Amino acid sequence: MFGNGKNGKNGAHDAGDAALIDLKGIRKVYDTGAIKVEALRGIDLTVAGSELIAIVGPSGSGKSTMMNIIGCLDTPTGGSYRLKGEEVGSFSIDRLAEVRNRRIGFVFQNFNLLPQLTAFENVEMPLLFAGRSTRERRERVEFLFEQVALADRMRHKPTELSGGQMQRVAIARALACEPNIILADEPTGNLDSTSGRDIIHLFEELWQKGHTVVLITHDPAIAARARRVVKFQDGLIVEDAA
Amino acid sequence: MNSLVVIAKLFRSAARIQRKRMTMTVAAIAWGTISIVLLLSFGEGLKRSMSAGWAGLGSGIAIIWPGETSKAFAGFPPGRGIQLVPEDVDLVVNAVDEITAATGEMRNNQQLVWGRTSLNKQLLGVHVAYGELRNHRARPGGRFLDELDMRAKRRVIFLGDDLAKELFGSHEPVGETVLVGQSPFTVVGVMQTKKQMGMYGGPDADHAVIPLTTFQAMYGRRFLSNLVFRASAPELMGVAKRRYNEVLGAKYKFDPTDERAMSVWDTVKTQATGRKIMIGIELFLGIIGALTLLIGGVGVANIMYAVVKHRTREIAIQMAIGARRVYIMGSLVLEATFLTFIGGAIGITVGVGLVQILAFVQSKVKSQAMQFLGAPTFSLPVAVTTVLLLGALGLLAGYFPSRRAVSVHPAEALRYE
Repeated sequence: MFGNGKNGKNGAHDAGDAALIDLKGIRKVYDTGAIKVEALRGIDLTVAGSELIAIVGPSGSGKSTMMNIIGCLDTPTGGSYRLKGEEVGSFSIDRLAEVRNRRIGFVFQNFNLLPQLTAFENVEMPLLFAGRSTRERRERVEFLFEQVALADRMRHKPTELSGGQMQRVAIARALACEPNIILADEPTGNLDSTSGRDIIHLFEELWQKGHTVVLITHDPAIAARARRVVKFQDGLIVEDAA
Repeated sequence: MNSLVVIAKLFRSAARIQRKRMTMTVAAIAWGTISIVLLLSFGEGLKRSMSAGWAGLGSGIAIIWPGETSKAFAGFPPGRGIQLVPEDVDLVVNAVDEITAATGEMRNNQQLVWGRTSLNKQLLGVHVAYGELRNHRARPGGRFLDELDMRAKRRVIFLGDDLAKELFGSHEPVGETVLVGQSPFTVVGVMQTKKQMGMYGGPDADHAVIPLTTFQAMYGRRFLSNLVFRASAPELMGVAKRRYNEVLGAKYKFDPTDERAMSVWDTVKTQATGRKIMIGIELFLGIIGALTLLIGGVGVANIMYAVVKHRTREIAIQMAIGARRVYIMGSLVLEATFLTFIGGAIGITVGVGLVQILAFVQSKVKSQAMQFLGAPTFSLPVAVTTVLLLGALGLLAGYFPSRRAVSVHPAEALRYE
């Protein structure tokens, strides 16, 4: 059920070992005055660490909304979100920025790279925000480009890259400050199947290195490769199986 | 730092889209800056002109006219006329610590003749200290009256510059003989032209000055028309005035607090009031200039709001990868300030150029009003004020739009394609 194979822990956690991600009763309501939309209607989810989780479900079932909340890109209307035991709802705005910078890396379906900057500068940006020196940044970025096998494209602009290459740059950027949680919202949605396979392979490698990877996907083949599948429907989790 | 490079790149792409709007805004800022530079420079010129004008009469002095008692004192009834004698000048200088120098004046209207020109002008008999106290400096080639003139009761005369021009035209007056009434006097000096604010008995440029002893010998006068003294420091003028009244009150038996016994014109106080008025005027000009600049600032804010809107997605991405609010707001404020300073630099350059041109014009126009106005001066305080205003403007114009930029959750901004 909640086993994760890698660190040998099965079943319930010890009281003193806080889960990495712990959502309880998370609700999100969008109120546009005329219409009220309940995107999430009470989500409970616990992620212990070093897991590879696939989030599946039909469009509009709340998957992206939950990912945004976990990634601190949005705040829930109700419920509790604890990150490594700490209540995220109590974090200051600057603390949230720090979480997004160093504890979580987000990968988007449409890449979200800054088009006026080179691939290098895009990946460098989180390190800029983290206050690393010029040399530290250069070394780290060059290393990351090696990891995603794109070292020869560092000085190119995003417009000069293919979809698969852009997503690899985005993954490198997500990894810049060594977060241990990677969130990916339909990372292969805009890619052809070959590039898509390469990307998923990258995520598997990251998981094997000890990262926690949570990805939203429509593709059942990809979901099959995850160790745990969480199924969404109408704002609720209806299935959570390893 | 590389973040500056990144900011510059992001700004450049936004600038490309709004080229026309940016050009107009920069022009508006330049215009506002020119206004501020001109207004403040004229204010500074006026202030300096007034300062010089006050120094023209004399620095830190008080002028006394003898009066009439209004209070009974020491058995004397009120309504007694008080008269001063030349010895009182030495008396106050010696008896009052706060008075460092003093001079007496005796006045007369007299006919002055040279060649075919005959004028009727004010003639003053004064002590030697008058020259320094009342800012009568001699032009090169001449001198003011000295101790020797006083002791020997010499027939020497010092002319105001306008009087000298009227009497001698373009001829050099020093060394010439002038008839004062029927007596021949030698001209020893002509006054340097000066700006004079405040006068009594007419402008200094229009009168003639001879030694007091000579004056007494010629006209047999006993009493002074008035007395002038200088306090050791402007702050001590109040004490000097009080002590002066005490010393003379003791000699002439009048109540030291009797304001009518001696008429005192405290130029220190008058100058202080003048300075306060000047500060008020400068403030007023500064506010007008600032308001003009503000209009340009509104243009900058307008652009920044558009930049923020255009960059909603980019800003959201930056926040999603961990940018703190300070970074986003800071870079937007930097861009606004950059715009402001470009306009400001253009404005200052053109403004300073205009100031130089107008200063030249002012120096050439011979009207009294223009001379009083003074040459517009782009001084350091004016420059600093202008730069500070521009900086503040850039800061504000960037701050409010940037606050809006960081107020939205990244998820919302990223939602739209």
